[in-house]
Amino acid sequence: MTISADHTAHPDTTGQAPAEDALSEAAKKFGITAEDYMLPARHQIEMVDPDGRLKPEGEQGTEPGHEYPLPGDEELLAAYEQLVVGRRVNDQNSALVRQGRMAVYPSSHGQEACQVAAALCLSQGDWMFPTYRDAVAVMTRGVDPVQVMTIFRGDWHGGFDPLQHKVGIQCTPLTTQLLHAVGVAHAAKLRGEDTVVLAMCGDGATSEGDFHEALNFAAVFHLPVIFFVQNNKYAISVPLAHQSVAPSLAHKAVGYGMAGERVDGNDVVALLAVLDRAVKLAREGSGPLLVEANTYRMQAHTNADDDTRYRQNSEVAEWRAKDPVNRMRTYLTDRGLLDDDGEARIREKAEAVATQLRDGLSEDVPVEPQELFRHVFEKTTPQLKEQSALLADELARDAAASQNPASQEAAK
Amino acid sequence: MSPTITTSSEANGNVSAATARAAASAAATAEATGPQPVTMAKALNTALADAMHADPSVLVFGEDVGQLGGVFRITDGLTATFGEQRCFDTPLAESGIVGMAVGMAINGMRPVIEMQFDAFAYPAFEQIVSHVAKMHNRTKGAVKLPMVIRVPYGGGIGGVEHHCDSSESYYAHTAGLKVFTPATVADGYRMLREAIDSDDPVMFMEPKKLYWSKDQVDLAELRNAHSAAASAGQSSEGRAAVARPGTDATLIAYGPSVPTALAAAEAAALEGRSLEVIDVRTLVPFDDATVSESVRKTGRAVVIAEAHGFASVSSEIVARVQERCFHHLAAPIRRVTGFDIPYPAPKLEKYYLPGVDRILDAVDDLQWEN
Ligand SMILES: Cc1ncc(C[n+]2csc(CCOP(=O)(O)OP(=O)(O)O)c2C)c(N)n1
Ligand SMILES: [Mg+2]
Repeated sequence: MTISADHTAHPDTTGQAPAEDALSEAAKKFGITAEDYMLPARHQIEMVDPDGRLKPEGEQGTEPGHEYPLPGDEELLAAYEQLVVGRRVNDQNSALVRQGRMAVYPSSHGQEACQVAAALCLSQGDWMFPTYRDAVAVMTRGVDPVQVMTIFRGDWHGGFDPLQHKVGIQCTPLTTQLLHAVGVAHAAKLRGEDTVVLAMCGDGATSEGDFHEALNFAAVFHLPVIFFVQNNKYAISVPLAHQSVAPSLAHKAVGYGMAGERVDGNDVVALLAVLDRAVKLAREGSGPLLVEANTYRMQAHTNADDDTRYRQNSEVAEWRAKDPVNRMRTYLTDRGLLDDDGEARIREKAEAVATQLRDGLSEDVPVEPQELFRHVFEKTTPQLKEQSALLADELARDAAASQNPASQEAAK
Repeated sequence: MSPTITTSSEANGNVSAATARAAASAAATAEATGPQPVTMAKALNTALADAMHADPSVLVFGEDVGQLGGVFRITDGLTATFGEQRCFDTPLAESGIVGMAVGMAINGMRPVIEMQFDAFAYPAFEQIVSHVAKMHNRTKGAVKLPMVIRVPYGGGIGGVEHHCDSSESYYAHTAGLKVFTPATVADGYRMLREAIDSDDPVMFMEPKKLYWSKDQVDLAELRNAHSAAASAGQSSEGRAAVARPGTDATLIAYGPSVPTALAAAEAAALEGRSLEVIDVRTLVPFDDATVSESVRKTGRAVVIAEAHGFASVSSEIVARVQERCFHHLAAPIRRVTGFDIPYPAPKLEKYYLPGVDRILDAVDDLQWEN
């Protein structure tokens, strides 16, 4: 039942299938109970180990009803390319911050597998709602890198059109964007469109009220939303143990009546396998899902943060050995899917994006003061017109004075 | 159907679907022609129904707005008429309601959502301030949020705590929101239709003590007038009304305070003083022109509002009038507002609310020559 021009539908014919029926339908498909469908598998899903070796099938964490086929070679190669680009983007942006070209950059260094998989699992008509840390995911979705960085360059709050790319503006008030994802999915569902929406947040953010409200709304309205939590172990300085004592963040799903799964967040193969299936299930009408990716924030929260105040170097070193880019390179090379030429071509591409960022961000983009008033409302107000005239007058006088220093002196 | 809080048994959603449907079809068929006594509640309800008829992207949701028709019955019959997909109950979560509406507006809908009471909209404050108000600006106009947040507000209904707040100043202070508040039955219809038509987000503040006030109104005529005005691109936005013409002083009021101001003007007339009453109607954008014109003419002004006076819409109005009318003023502008205290318990509210006597005292204070 979709919303059509016939908007006088009889209430008895408009009810949707209750969520619990759909859940047991989904569970039945896999021959397991609804609880087993909603609870994450006993172990996280992992496919390629930190040394780049494919794990034996019995050790991938899969279970009946939690089975994940290996993604195709083409998808994996595309993902690797984006991993290399993503890493280069992260490091280039951090360098630009150090050089004073950008105000701030919350890097996803170490989390690139999550960033890439979050974008690649979606189809063109799907939506993504990213956080401040998800610039690489936004670029992987196809948004121009320099436009993505506008928010951090500081000349406006966002540089791309969310409607054109079906990507929400990067969101800083924690988890508020998850509700927007729910609304976009709800609107699409009412129109009978098969849009899937991926909504992103961090581990610390799962303590926020809007996290709860978004998951509950998505489950109650049975919406195709995938909540993708990057558990990078810290919320600025605060470790996960201070946010939650749940068995895992993925276990929160069952409390809302949705399916949860844990996945190695530094293994792009496992990530794609889990997210691809989640997208498929959501699109088929199985309702929302919660995916927790186990990863690590390799660098400080932002350039303004000093992570030596709250964590040990040894911990960081442990995670360096689990790097998502290196393990994928080894895996693809060993499987004969990647050779030196391929690697060189990908590096070249990454370099080109880095150059684009350097060029785009070293340019001093002129700001237009009148833009301050132009976008507040669709239909502006007399008060804003007055204030805009006031600023215009101020600027005109400044300009006149600077063209004629003598009169400036005289004015004093 | 009195404006109770949600402890009534009806509020538990026990009204049968059949009853709701019957009520709705009765409402739809029984609309009389010509001016009739109509309540503000009925005018708002009719505005919602008409907007939903006119545009399938208009959706109504909130707490108890479905089968029950809202605790104030403003959404009565909408689920029965338009189906559960167009008017539905959500889980109890105000931030969730507003946040989901933001997403729906991003994706082509025109949500009209209900906050059950003024003070229960506060959990949604972050969504309203950080997203509803800013989305258009953050995205340089790429994303419009044509959504309406209806908030029953104000006191005078004998409500217990958390049910009587005047929260309009929070929203008026937030750049990026438009804030409407009707004071008459006709404006209830007209301004709600205009708020729904607006491509900017509108906080629609409904004076709950006026829900059951009646005026002689022809709903069919209002409907036609709305269509005509809409196609001509006209709206009440930013247009105050002269609710009662006068010559000696101006009473500036909005929402629940307008009838009080009119009563004060009536009483003053008996004493030989002619007071002009301005109904501000849209707090944002504010109609400086109409208000200033009146004060320049009368030379005296009193601003009346239920909300606490400190750092409020009423203080903003005083500042604006003073800036624009200084040389025409015969006396300082006075204010009659709620005291700067948390909203009082029912038996004490009469001491708190601006009343006719307090308004007349303020008028007496305006440095009359004789
Ligand atoms: C509502 C809200 N409170 C506080 C902050 C400040 N803040 C920004 S990021 C952050 C930590 C978030 O941690 P997490 O969700 O784990 O994401 P991560 O930064 O690790 O990617 C905090 C507290 C905020 N942005 N929004
Ligand atoms: Mg974190």
